[in-house]
Amino acid sequence: MSTEMKRRIFLKRSLAAGTVGVAAAAGMLAPQQILAAWNKEAFESKELSGALNALLGSSDTAESADITVKAPDIAENGAVVPVTVETAMEGVESIAIIASNNPVPLVANFVMGTGATGFVSTRIKMGKTGDVVGVVKAGGKLHTAKKEVKVTIGGCGG
Amino acid sequence: MAKSIKIRAKEKGGVTTVKALMTHPMETGGRTDKKTGKKIPAHFIQEVVCKHKGNTVMMAEWSGGVSKNPYISFKFSGGAKGDELELTWTDNTGGSDSMTSAIK
Repeated sequence: MSTEMKRRIFLKRSLAAGTVGVAAAAGMLAPQQILAAWNKEAFESKELSGALNALLGSSDTAESADITVKAPDIAENGAVVPVTVETAMEGVESIAIIASNNPVPLVANFVMGTGATGFVSTRIKMGKTGDVVGVVKAGGKLHTAKKEVKVTIGGCGG
Repeated sequence: MAKSIKIRAKEKGGVTTVKALMTHPMETGGRTDKKTGKKIPAHFIQEVVCKHKGNTVMMAEWSGGVSKNPYISFKFSGGAKGDELELTWTDNTGGSDSMTSAIK
């Protein structure tokens, strides 16, 4: 076999391998989006915009009056701050809860499945006084609402 | 690790409200042990999945910023009395627990 032929075969094979590689990568991505394997980058991001970009693919948010963030005005104990995010919007895909002054601002992200309505309630830790932000993803857009919570004793250090 | 989860699910007017409590230390990894001066390693729930008839109705991803012994509540439509709900959590050390409960 001439070197020319060999090169052609080599090219063909590498091309084929390339296609398989792309397909595998696409296959890897699809289940990740469904299962949304824990998003390390988003949950380790120290900045809000970075966290939103990594989690939801955008940090472009608009404040919305349709979202209610329920949290106490003053939290005596920052280790347990009850937070409820509620919205009547249609097609809610996910709700993220952010404590803007925490060492890691992104606290939780709830991905809504079949039939789930725009309501989540949980308890979070807050390091110091700051805004609790609810980010609702609905119809491909990000909507936010916030509520300031004054923290008497921080719940992140100690 | 058994029975680290408590679930209450109630159906009313077609909407099921699920409330769940989990027992977990939820260490952020940022705290230091006052006695030894060493950092307490991170140990927190990363993922919570709630399934109704095999469909995921809610999936949550958490950081260490969720309080110790976490509580969650959410609502979904389509559940009926007697249906089974399955809730599973997985933490960053690979630990996990699962619990099934019927909607009331």
